[in-house]
Amino acid sequence: MAAADILSSEPAPSGRGISSNFRRLSIKENSAFDEMLKDDGSTTPAYADYFKWMEAQNKGQMLQKARDAEAVFRKTGITFAVYGEQEAAERLIPFDLVPRIISGSEWRRLTQGIEQRVIALNAFLDDIYHRQEILKAGRIPLELIADNDAFLPEMIGFRPPGGVYTHIVGVDIVRTGPNDFFVLEDNARTPSGVSYMLENRETMIQLFPELFQQISVRPVMNYPQALRNSLRAVKPQSAPDSPRTVVLTPGIYNSAYFEHSFLADQMGVELVEGSDLRVHDGKIAMRTTEGYAPIDVIYRRVDDDYLDPLTFNPESALGVPGIMDVYRAGNVTIANAPGTGIADDKAIYSYMPEIVEFYTGNKAILQNVPTWRCSEPDSLSYVLDNLADLVVKEVHGSGGYGMLVGPAASKRELGAFAAKLKARPSNYIAQPTLSLSTCPILTKKGLAPRHVDLRPFVLVSDKIEIIPGGLTRVALKAGSLVVNSSQGGGTKDTWVLDD
Amino acid sequence: MLGRTANGLFWMNRSIERAENMARLLDTGLHMASTRAMGSGDEWASILMSAGAEKAFSERHDEHTLENVADFLLRDRTNPSSVLSSIELARTNGRMVRTALTRDTWEALNEAWMVLGDLMKKPVDQRDLPRVLNAVKRETALVRGTAHGTMLRSDKFSFLRLGTYLERADNTARILDVKYYVLLPSVKWVGSSLDNRQWESILRSVSAHRAYRWSYDSPYNPTDISDFLILNSRMPRSLSHCYKMIDECLCELDAAYDNRHDCHNKADSIRAKLSVSSIDDVFEEGLHEFLVTFIRDNYQLSQDISEAYRFY
Repeated sequence: MAAADILSSEPAPSGRGISSNFRRLSIKENSAFDEMLKDDGSTTPAYADYFKWMEAQNKGQMLQKARDAEAVFRKTGITFAVYGEQEAAERLIPFDLVPRIISGSEWRRLTQGIEQRVIALNAFLDDIYHRQEILKAGRIPLELIADNDAFLPEMIGFRPPGGVYTHIVGVDIVRTGPNDFFVLEDNARTPSGVSYMLENRETMIQLFPELFQQISVRPVMNYPQALRNSLRAVKPQSAPDSPRTVVLTPGIYNSAYFEHSFLADQMGVELVEGSDLRVHDGKIAMRTTEGYAPIDVIYRRVDDDYLDPLTFNPESALGVPGIMDVYRAGNVTIANAPGTGIADDKAIYSYMPEIVEFYTGNKAILQNVPTWRCSEPDSLSYVLDNLADLVVKEVHGSGGYGMLVGPAASKRELGAFAAKLKARPSNYIAQPTLSLSTCPILTKKGLAPRHVDLRPFVLVSDKIEIIPGGLTRVALKAGSLVVNSSQGGGTKDTWVLDD
Repeated sequence: MLGRTANGLFWMNRSIERAENMARLLDTGLHMASTRAMGSGDEWASILMSAGAEKAFSERHDEHTLENVADFLLRDRTNPSSVLSSIELARTNGRMVRTALTRDTWEALNEAWMVLGDLMKKPVDQRDLPRVLNAVKRETALVRGTAHGTMLRSDKFSFLRLGTYLERADNTARILDVKYYVLLPSVKWVGSSLDNRQWESILRSVSAHRAYRWSYDSPYNPTDISDFLILNSRMPRSLSHCYKMIDECLCELDAAYDNRHDCHNKADSIRAKLSVSSIDDVFEEGLHEFLVTFIRDNYQLSQDISEAYRFY
């Protein structure tokens, strides 16, 4: 059966595979760019082999596999906490078993853009905490840095071991057409989601081993080892050749705790909490059954604010008193470095094209989404006039909390949000509602298109490593553009083809 | 290994053991209630006393009915030793030390938490009680067995096992102590059929009524049963056996860390007492006095272990 037949409204012949149940993907129904089906009904090259396989599958069996996968996730405890929900304190992120597929050539273009961006982010951080050339050159306004809570004066004049500020970066990318990729945001603080990339792949290999023999998918499973090596490569100079590395977690009630323990486990390092650590002989040390043992590298998943109660939030019970002194003395590596938030702040984001050009001397390969900074009066009035068509985000927000999706909001919500905007314009940026690309997901009725985004993961040490894959988030509700897991989004395995 | 990890492993298995023991106690009560030849009728009071929960129970319920007691021991989250509270605590600890567990062990624990949480979501119907109690015994056995079958024999495994045996020793001692007092109000009861049933119920609560017959020639009698549960090291729930295991674990830790602590001396002295005593010595000291001293020593050992290995 040709892919084109799937678009016809003819009743499907009985006993056929899943594609006969493919919901009609008409232009009217899905005006977005679909990554699998072209407008003429043929399959894009990246999906060709997968689609051929999919046609031979039985829908009932596929749905059964989807239930199996969910049972596996629940049993393994791959859950996340949703803040503000008493009931389901631990929930699963729904997993869709249709992979999101990216061709080798698409990926190569993406990685060039990502690498350029990550180089610029680190150069920007180094500059901001040292000579501040970019401010002197007038390329970005001074107050954007000076008045920004994410800027840490404690970092001024200090260069982290290896000169790396943001060691683990998650660059959120959306697609609107065959060659149109946009960076939605840079996550330079403590990007999460990598455990889902790994577990999703593991699950897919378990569910469909034959697929991976037929289709050459680039592996992602070596990420924990790569992370471990990358962290070791930026150890403090004084540290031993095989430095002791730990993962620092806020604890089991953190929404990403599963990921913290997963990564520690996979890297074969200790998972520590602030209460396990203290300053001991000028080093950070952890309390073991045999006494205190010094630590050299900390992959921290605790926010800047909570890192050191002596320096930052004195209320914090999650951090280690005095850790900043040890850090500044060069006796421990903290990844990502404190103060990296100044680079992924949503107001800074709007200057990324300038930042990339300033530090790399080249135009940005990946486009930015056009962004209105509500702190600027002209932009604010434009945003207020066009609120119903825009997406408005808090400058420091994340996880989809506190954001407005204009086209999906009621009149009342729009009114309420406009009031908030007027009260604190500099707290917001606005972007056009992008028509995110769609990928098929498996529903009870068959395949159906849903909007997706992509978070590839980048490791920075003495080199830059981009894992071929990433976390694809998918809005499970038809037509919805919000992919955040806290707002009902799901995930997919992301394939980069070895072609 | 982190001190906090040792603490988590220790309490994970202690809580698992506690959940299992609660189920066994309730099972015993159920058995006693259904044979109903006991005269006094208030088998539930003794069950609650064995569980160390009469006071907390009386704050929540007025009457010692099967329904109330079962709910309190199985599901009540205000009761820190209820099966659900214990399983929850075991899982919280397991999550905290997840990186120290094999995947199989973690999954067995997580599954126990899911299965038992589901079974006890609503008050358990009396007819479903046997099924639920069996599930508790099965799930906890799976967790313990999976750890036994998959964990590396390192310090981690020693801390897990220490948790199991300290909790078990405490439980056996408590059951014996309470039963002795409650069920044997006066010496003239000894040898009566009422008495036999009561002693049988003790054995039943530690799943040992058949093992007793294999080990002793005589019919149920306080001396042999006490010997069985206190001094017989072949009986896996006896104090003597628990301390044999505790001693083994502490020796492993000594070897791993090349360091002896106060807890080693404490355990040695408790074990020495168990191995040199004959049951006549125990009765001479007074069974109650002997058990009270044991429970206190056992508690102190737990404290010494957490101090030696920097649990906090």
